[in-house]
Amino acid sequence: MLRKTVQIVTAVLTNSYYKGFLNGTIYKGKSKFFCVPGFNCYSCPGALGSCPIGAFQAVVNSAQYLISFYLLGFFLIVGTLLGRFVCGWLCPFGLFQEWIYKIPFKKIHLPHRYDFLKHSKYLFLLIFVFFIPAFISNDWGVGEPAFCKYICPAGTLESGIPLLYANESLRASAGALFNWKLAILLFVVVLSTKIYRFFCKYMCPLGAVYALFNKVSYYRIQVDRKICTECGNCINACKMDVIPYENPNSPECIRCGACKEACPAKALSMGFNIPIRKTNFKRF
Amino acid sequence: MKHRVFQFFLIFTGGVLLIAGIQRQEAFTVLTKAINICLECIGIG
Repeated sequence: MLRKTVQIVTAVLTNSYYKGFLNGTIYKGKSKFFCVPGFNCYSCPGALGSCPIGAFQAVVNSAQYLISFYLLGFFLIVGTLLGRFVCGWLCPFGLFQEWIYKIPFKKIHLPHRYDFLKHSKYLFLLIFVFFIPAFISNDWGVGEPAFCKYICPAGTLESGIPLLYANESLRASAGALFNWKLAILLFVVVLSTKIYRFFCKYMCPLGAVYALFNKVSYYRIQVDRKICTECGNCINACKMDVIPYENPNSPECIRCGACKEACPAKALSMGFNIPIRKTNFKRF
Repeated sequence: MKHRVFQFFLIFTGGVLLIAGIQRQEAFTVLTKAINICLECIGIG
């Protein structure tokens, strides 16, 4: 309940320029110097901050810069402090997928032997967020924000649909590319009804960045091995397919706390002041 | 202890990079992009 409240409050606060939704425009204030931690398109009519993935591409696809120190610094600080806590608590698109998953369709739980597919999000990060924007450029040295342009379903949902709905001139310009992005969004929505947070697991480049920090972040989960009976309740509770008592700080863990709540022995603790102990990993 | 030192190192490095990015005017590039409708994001450009 607390997590859901934080998710909703974060989504509303970071998208509270309501005039944009009415007029088909976007916020132009200086708060957009700063990035929000979650996946939130800066062209969303209500957005008050910048999307870190969009911002990273905007810098590396410009002719002046090959890499963005500003965004690398941002990722290091937010990642080290929070890791994928951002995904579980602060991401509006994650919240959207959780709502979609409540639609009562038959759910799919892929066996652990398919966990390697989750590495695809790192490919999206490397190829579409870095390599194409940085190295494939036009005659003026300007690259393309490839993830925003060809993939990002959050941009279509949060920006494309509301802006085209409210702004007639933009609506007149929509063509094949918009249809492609709409198809990607539909693909993600359909799979999100069957697979919990499909986009987060397999496609999200921002989740891929924060996943790299989960093992070292200040916010973490700890298992008390003296109490844990390895009953498996935490495994059944985890919708991200983590085995919490073996790998509590797995890159896939979004810190939702379901494992902690499910543990009858109260062997799991989660927070900032958790002592760091070595965990005897049996498998990943 | 090693973990704590590593965490501090990451935060410190992040701070240094963030300031370096601001000095390189990257934040203005971000702002310029963010205050104009991103045609790529909405599927037009």
